[in-house]
Amino acid sequence: MQVPAPFEYERATSVDHAIALMERLGDEARIVAGGHSLLPMMKLRLAMPEYLIDINDLVDELQYIRFTEDEVRIGALTRHQQLLESDELAAIFPIFRDAEKVIADPVVRNKGTLGGSLCQADPSEDLSAVCDALEAKCVIRNSSGQRVVEMHDFHRGPYETAVEDGEMLTEVRIPIKPNSSSAYHKVERRAGDWAVASAGAAVTMNGDVIADGRVGLCAVGPNLTNVQPISDALRNQPPSEELYARVGEIAAANASPATDTRGTAAYKTHLAKELTIRSLRKAVARATGQEI
Amino acid sequence: MEISMNVNGDDVVRDVEPRTLLVHFLRDHMGLTGTHWGCDTSNCGTCVVWVDEEPVKSCTHLAAMAGGHRVKTVEGLETADGLDPVQEGFIQCHGLQCGFCTPGMMMTARALLDRNPDPSEEVIREAISGQICRCTGYSTIIRSIQWAAAKERETSVSLEGSVA
Repeated sequence: MQVPAPFEYERATSVDHAIALMERLGDEARIVAGGHSLLPMMKLRLAMPEYLIDINDLVDELQYIRFTEDEVRIGALTRHQQLLESDELAAIFPIFRDAEKVIADPVVRNKGTLGGSLCQADPSEDLSAVCDALEAKCVIRNSSGQRVVEMHDFHRGPYETAVEDGEMLTEVRIPIKPNSSSAYHKVERRAGDWAVASAGAAVTMNGDVIADGRVGLCAVGPNLTNVQPISDALRNQPPSEELYARVGEIAAANASPATDTRGTAAYKTHLAKELTIRSLRKAVARATGQEI
Repeated sequence: MEISMNVNGDDVVRDVEPRTLLVHFLRDHMGLTGTHWGCDTSNCGTCVVWVDEEPVKSCTHLAAMAGGHRVKTVEGLETADGLDPVQEGFIQCHGLQCGFCTPGMMMTARALLDRNPDPSEEVIREAISGQICRCTGYSTIIRSIQWAAAKERETSVSLEGSVA
């Protein structure tokens, strides 16, 4: 029987309350939202916080998808299911629906949250690659105010983020760019599993050329961060199968996967290449109106 | 710590350790052993119960987090009118053999039909994709859910007819 080590439990009544508790309790405290990353780690005693701050009541403050003219703001407590079902979100960023369809399973998606996924900082976690491809920014709050961290700087390494003691991730902001679209491709062994490998692409077109493109990779190395050489290779290039193939090679060259039960390093490297090609091809087709 | 919640329509108050998982709270504190405890890793789905009408995996949910909420287990499916159509469907279409996955399957199926009275086979397969059955090969489970959906549609049509 897997049961967490003992801890004290408190429910936050507001974001300010949660931050005050986190500040007072320091690194002995953890925030729990959906719990589908933290509780399994606690059951395995990989995590043994002394205090658990439950933020599930903070729906009014932290659960929303808001659209402004130039960005989408998503509250950290927004559930996977809500991200999957939002037609407005899918219309602007189809990569979200692509990814959410293959994240865990429908019952887990009822609980798991965007903020929890990003803060878990697992190198195999899909939404981190999605947010990376979309150049998202993370809003981190503490008792003296808030700061905005680029997705690129949010993950410091496996299971490590820019969120310090006494702070919490409250919102993710994603810039809306005209003539843009995105796509996500994942290979998994069975429904609901972690990725063997996956890739998400976002492109902005300028007429017939790709003005800007980004690819986020997942499960093929200790860091999820956007592969900069891919963006360099895509800039101001007309889309073509040759370009995708060249960029796929860059993805493979930058991947450093480990052989494990999900596949060999060689297989995952191949997937990094192939899934980069497929997600770019689809993102461009969507951005140019050839595909939904 | 003291927690209170509504379980299958009854308000309950219990003193538990904060680390008590909802599945163990239901089985060991409430004696509701219909909810099964399986893989313990949120993979198999036999522990699925509802928290506020939404299916969740109770092995990965603290009892404390359910405090103040409505919880429904497989024991709460049957009403004064008899078995839930989903339960009937599992009987009629041989939706189980060993029965281990059944409580979770039925709770997810009920939630699906409440939202979508006429789901396609694909939609049903997706809905139960987070749950594992090692006996049926899933085909009879899908038929059971379709049976329940058909029965409920029939009933609602005849009810509408009687009102008219």
